[in-house]
Amino acid sequence: MAESLIVAEGLRLALPDLNAKPLFGPAPRIEILHGIDLTIARGAVLGIVGSSGSGKSTLGRVLLRLLEPQAGRLRFDGEDITHLPERALRPLRARMQMIFQDPMSSLNPRRRVGGIIAGPLGLHGRDAIPARVDRALDQVGLPRSFRDRYPHELSGGQRQRVGIARAIALEPDFILADEIVSGLDVSSQAQVLALLEGLVRDLGLTLAFISHDLSVVRRLCSHVIVMQRGAVVERAATAALFAAPEAGYTRELLAAIPLPDPDQPWT
Amino acid sequence: MSHLEVRNLSARLKRSGAPLLRDVSLSVEAGQAHGLVGESGAGKSMIGKAVLGILPRAVEITGGTIRLDGTDLLALPPAERRRRIGAGCALIPQDPLTALNPSRRIGGQITDRLVDILGWTPAAALARARALLDEVQIADPDRTLRAFPHELSGGQRQRALIAAAFAAEPKLIVADEPTTALDVTVQKQILRLIARMQAQHGTALLFVTHDLGVVSKVCTTLSVLYAGRVIEDTTVRAFFAGPHHPYAAALLAATPRCIAPDTSLLPVPEAVIAAVRAEVERGDG
Repeated sequence: MAESLIVAEGLRLALPDLNAKPLFGPAPRIEILHGIDLTIARGAVLGIVGSSGSGKSTLGRVLLRLLEPQAGRLRFDGEDITHLPERALRPLRARMQMIFQDPMSSLNPRRRVGGIIAGPLGLHGRDAIPARVDRALDQVGLPRSFRDRYPHELSGGQRQRVGIARAIALEPDFILADEIVSGLDVSSQAQVLALLEGLVRDLGLTLAFISHDLSVVRRLCSHVIVMQRGAVVERAATAALFAAPEAGYTRELLAAIPLPDPDQPWT
Repeated sequence: MSHLEVRNLSARLKRSGAPLLRDVSLSVEAGQAHGLVGESGAGKSMIGKAVLGILPRAVEITGGTIRLDGTDLLALPPAERRRRIGAGCALIPQDPLTALNPSRRIGGQITDRLVDILGWTPAAALARARALLDEVQIADPDRTLRAFPHELSGGQRQRALIAAAFAAEPKLIVADEPTTALDVTVQKQILRLIARMQAQHGTALLFVTHDLGVVSKVCTTLSVLYAGRVIEDTTVRAFFAGPHHPYAAALLAATPRCIAPDTSLLPVPEAVIAAVRAEVERGDG
């Protein structure tokens, strides 16, 4: 069996429910993650699927330790990072990166593409930054001249490529991609997925890919976990999940995908 | 006769003269749904906006006709045109949160059109709004009428907007990517609701989307657009049996279909894009 890069055991997380906060005193807590176990092997692509509010994005944030779980254990490359303080996490941050859902709001509109990609490289004290920026642009299939463009001059698909370039420039071990194609139209979606597929293969990336769309997950992921209301309801190898979905909720998600076929009943 | 008939519609950016719509023709019959499909920037939303008379100021129409029930809207004086569109057309918008006024209750936002344009009494309009919320299967219509938008989920907001769109029994509804902000399970419920309401009310529906899977479930006819030109105009059945235009075929191949993982989500080949671009621009001469 391949070496595990990320191991989570019984992760629990509760956050204050600010909608129910009384005028004085603390807000009541609602539990969002109810004990999540998962393992991501080095070089694997794990799909995390569920509808809005199922806790998949929150889980992603815990895996990157942007949120601290209240219970359970989280190990990154063998090291226990469950309650590691921010200062101790910082050297690890370069090894875990994120690609965001909305490429417009996750790119600084006042900075050029070159500066955006160079940002994290500078923070982590890398050398030869211009060469690294050029290589990242090459890897995502954007011309090097795009260094001098602003985000508003790019199309949605191109912006998402910049987001990917920024994440891979640090040569991280692990990337979390949170709904990165759901804002794109189908042809840009296909291009970005093909790009990501190639990068996973060529760079040996380990990826957690969050999506509500199972058909996108099928293209990219080796394993899938299906989440509902903060718990994992099904986990399987991708092929097995599509061949024989076990949980009723998984079948519901599959049945909701509008296949491009007017004869396929949609009930 | 078609409820909506667009003939040779062209539009461009005022400042640069860049063409946005090139000689677009399409028609939608009463009780039918017509899909407008294309990539971002293909001009599909622009057609919907031209029909509803809400084009951005920077855009001007340079030719063509838009007939609603036989009357050319573009030939009418502006005030008369607005009155016709207000009484005869409605929009189901893309983002249900920004389309609703956050500081007003849902009830008032549904009854606006009835009271302001059709001159209903507020009480009659509110009763109609309640019946519509029932029809769009909102669980607690009385509470929802008094609710503010932030108190509803994304799916409930979109249901309220569908109720508002059907309130004045419009002849034509433009739905502009009504489900892209929703997840797949809610999308399915909303699409089925729109299709059912549209059939029951006999409304003509112009459905803007980039998702061919959605078109195959909701529409009977469709137009595929590239760079503002219609490159294929056909029935849904004929299209999915085999599109004629190579670009349309490539778009279909890019659409996710989870039964055949190895043959879907293929990027549109660059040669196909170059060919369709050349074809569209040749047509300008």
